Amino acid sequence: MADLKPLTAAELEDWLDEELDAALSLRRTSHTAATSLASLDRDQQDFARHWVGIIAKTNPELAYHFANRAAEGLRRMAEDDALAWIIQAMDVYDKMGLYPAIAALSEIEAFAALRAQRSRTVTLEEIGPVLELFLQGLSGRRLKLEAGESAFTDTTHITLPAAIALLPTRRENLRLYKALAAHLWAQTWFGTFPGDQPARLLTHCQSLPDAAYARDLFHALETIRLDACLARELPGLYRELRALQNRPPLPTSWGPWITRLEALHATVDDTYQALDALYGEPLPAPHPYQGMIDAQAVAAALKERMEQERVALQNALKTILEGQASAPDERQRVVVRKDETGRPDLAFAPDGQPLMVPPDVRALMQSIAQDLGDIPEEYLVAAGDGAYAADNAKKPEDVWKGTYHEEGAFHYNEWDFKRQHYRKEWCVLRELDVHPVHEPFVADTLRKYAGLAARLRKTFEALRGENAILRRQKQGDDIDFDALVQGFADLRTGRELPDGLFLHNRRVARNIAVMFMVDMSGSTKGWINDAERESLVLLCEALEILGDRYAIYGFSGITRKRCEIYRVKRFEDPYDDSVRSRITGIKPQDYTRMGVAIRHLCGLLSGVEARTKILLTLSDGKPDDYDGYRGEYGIEDTRQALLEARRDGIHAFCITIDTDARDYLPHMYGPANYALIDDVRKLPLKISDIYRRLTS
Amino acid sequence: MEPGVVKTEALLVTKEPYYEPQGDEILLFESAYRNQIPVLLKGPTGSGKTRFMEHMAWRLKRPLVTVSCHDDLTASDLVGRYLITAGDTVWVDGPLARAVRIGGLCYLDEIVEARKDTTVVIHPLADDRRVLPIEKTGEVLCAPPDFGLAISYNPGYQSVLKDLKQSTRQRFVALEFDYPPADLEKRIVDHESGVGDEAAGKLVRFAAMTRNLKGSGLEEGASTRLLVHAAKLMVSGVGAVAACRGAIAQTLTDDPEMLAAIHELSASLF
Repeated sequence: MADLKPLTAAELEDWLDEELDAALSLRRTSHTAATSLASLDRDQQDFARHWVGIIAKTNPELAYHFANRAAEGLRRMAEDDALAWIIQAMDVYDKMGLYPAIAALSEIEAFAALRAQRSRTVTLEEIGPVLELFLQGLSGRRLKLEAGESAFTDTTHITLPAAIALLPTRRENLRLYKALAAHLWAQTWFGTFPGDQPARLLTHCQSLPDAAYARDLFHALETIRLDACLARELPGLYRELRALQNRPPLPTSWGPWITRLEALHATVDDTYQALDALYGEPLPAPHPYQGMIDAQAVAAALKERMEQERVALQNALKTILEGQASAPDERQRVVVRKDETGRPDLAFAPDGQPLMVPPDVRALMQSIAQDLGDIPEEYLVAAGDGAYAADNAKKPEDVWKGTYHEEGAFHYNEWDFKRQHYRKEWCVLRELDVHPVHEPFVADTLRKYAGLAARLRKTFEALRGENAILRRQKQGDDIDFDALVQGFADLRTGRELPDGLFLHNRRVARNIAVMFMVDMSGSTKGWINDAERESLVLLCEALEILGDRYAIYGFSGITRKRCEIYRVKRFEDPYDDSVRSRITGIKPQDYTRMGVAIRHLCGLLSGVEARTKILLTLSDGKPDDYDGYRGEYGIEDTRQALLEARRDGIHAFCITIDTDARDYLPHMYGPANYALIDDVRKLPLKISDIYRRLTS
Repeated sequence: MEPGVVKTEALLVTKEPYYEPQGDEILLFESAYRNQIPVLLKGPTGSGKTRFMEHMAWRLKRPLVTVSCHDDLTASDLVGRYLITAGDTVWVDGPLARAVRIGGLCYLDEIVEARKDTTVVIHPLADDRRVLPIEKTGEVLCAPPDFGLAISYNPGYQSVLKDLKQSTRQRFVALEFDYPPADLEKRIVDHESGVGDEAAGKLVRFAAMTRNLKGSGLEEGASTRLLVHAAKLMVSGVGAVAACRGAIAQTLTDDPEMLAAIHELSASLF
């Protein structure tokens, strides 16, 4: 293959014209791209053509820009670096859209340089999880790590550069990341921004002639104070900071102020005084680990948080007090006691009764105390009935914007087989409740299948784990006297004493957790939906006999931003009327995006302690969703999700009524892990049978 | 020591085990013991439950029989079984029956780990009947007034399988154990290891850091016991960071990211 001659510009142009048709016009031809690609050798051309094809399926416009730059990219970079360049641009496209992606593609030189220094570069993506745990361990409010242009904190988030390659080795750059994070943490922990004056730094700087200079001087002085705090509290970290310092000594005129800032009880007030005294002095070179200060962001974040936390605490106290036996009078104060480190720990009701403070409320109180040094009295008045309630109206469309994605919505990666990479945090999934319907559906079903139900009960009873006493064992819980008497008889007659003289009490315990994943896509409307519901009723009856733990969830959704999982029965729910009414209420919804549903349900299944874990899917067809999740893409993503499940020790099995399923199910689930039912009406009959075979 | 036959004296705790009370647990235990009510010790691992039992056995001057429960522990492991010697069967008491006979303290450690049916054996002992029926010999052992029963469990596991049944737990007086407050914990670590006040203080702060991580990938923070281990290593000349890594970080988790974070924490502190 390597001997193939390179394609000519004309051949390439024809091919590009066809491939990029949608992005071309009379004025904009593929001529330039073809000419530049013609200069490459054949392997490189094929690589470029391969990716032009793939990108064109995502966005023809992006593919056009890629075609124009591919030649330069491939000349500058080896193939694996070029691949990273392409994937990065596509990730940018997924997250931010076309124009940033085109910009990412055109920065070939920068990207190549970046790749060249990759060996020493540390990215936030790789070290972020460790840093986040590190910061959480250091104590204080949970700070969210974000990637940004520079390093600063607004006291709620810590923003760090997405990658650091400043220092010559990887190890040193790792140190620098940690030092930056720790130093920003110190700003939030050692009171650089007290909560009672959110805009103090901002107004103070603005009152001076040169606000930017004043801010930087404040930062330099505050860094001296924080370094001293760190030296006392975290000497190991301080040694690392020292190793990163490389500036000339400060002028002697600073001496007294440095001594004062480094004193044990120095606060940010001393820093402000030093700022006023030293205003006009030349700025010392900043330490590499001190980051930046964004006074505006701090003021905004503080102001917002103070208000939110006050309302949240008052509401939480109200909820707690309502749970108390004695009804709270209006406007009563809760008393908070501190633990020995000064953090609010215990709370007492107005009548002196200790209150059970849930961990999230305790974290809230500690966060408030971190800002204000204490919890102000007005915070400790439980919200009255008419009190201002925070605006909790959250719009579903905000979910994928990340506005409140921690609450109730889950993000999942999705596998793009063409790129052979995951699209990160691509799907947004929410758990919803099935609307219960109180109709006699369950009773009707049981009547309809009365004979079958009785038979099922018998077969499942036989499956139930029972104690079995094994005789004549080499070891066991007790002596097998029959064996022993016979053994002694043998011994007397000169034979050997047999070694199996014990009873072993073996419990054949079933230890199975099964997750039923029910297709609730629009195509199940009618017969299929009825059959699914009937099957679930019969299965539940049978499983109650067996005592296996099971959960039932439906899945559907429309586009990646609205994947939905419907709770019918969670593992911990008993099989009762509310579950029955939810089974009755299973209704066809929208589309079938299977991968994300499998990832979510397997996550739930992994949380259950069981020797055998089964994911059983009831489906009527291929994975299919509105935004391109069909055909090979959907199948490959589903397969990938199932491979992830298998890695977690979950057995996946699929029951389908799609007669074409033989074409794709073996590829997705493996040859022996699916069952095809040709007639929907047989589903209730077959499914219990299949389950029995699967678990015995 | 011959198997199965342990002299009662051997089980007596003769030297005072070091124990720092966190609250009124000693008084509660003594009162429960005098009133013949069994005791349930709740608390995370390494918070001093077993040491407390040793201390109470020493205080009450009763022999202590400790059974560490595991998931294959059967009723006959507790009560006793027949063994064969020289063509004859001999009944050998299990630890529970022995404790009843000698009127000692029987401590069933991590009771939820044992099989479900095992916990039922202690029911008649744990209410006002105070008897232990031995099915196989037909005997019914009546517990002397000196006999005391204590069980422990860790409510932090949060597993449905490892929960105590109401019928079991409602027979006991419950004492809750938690990691001691920082000052007290520092004193304990220092006393147990001799590492010195400053290093003990740092270890306690390190433990607080790991406890901050509970729920974010760590099942439990570092227990007092782990701190004592690390402190002992430090006394033997191991560097502080290495001691924290070996005695604390590596025992808490296998997750590489979590290990890296914990290691960075200890490196920052020392």
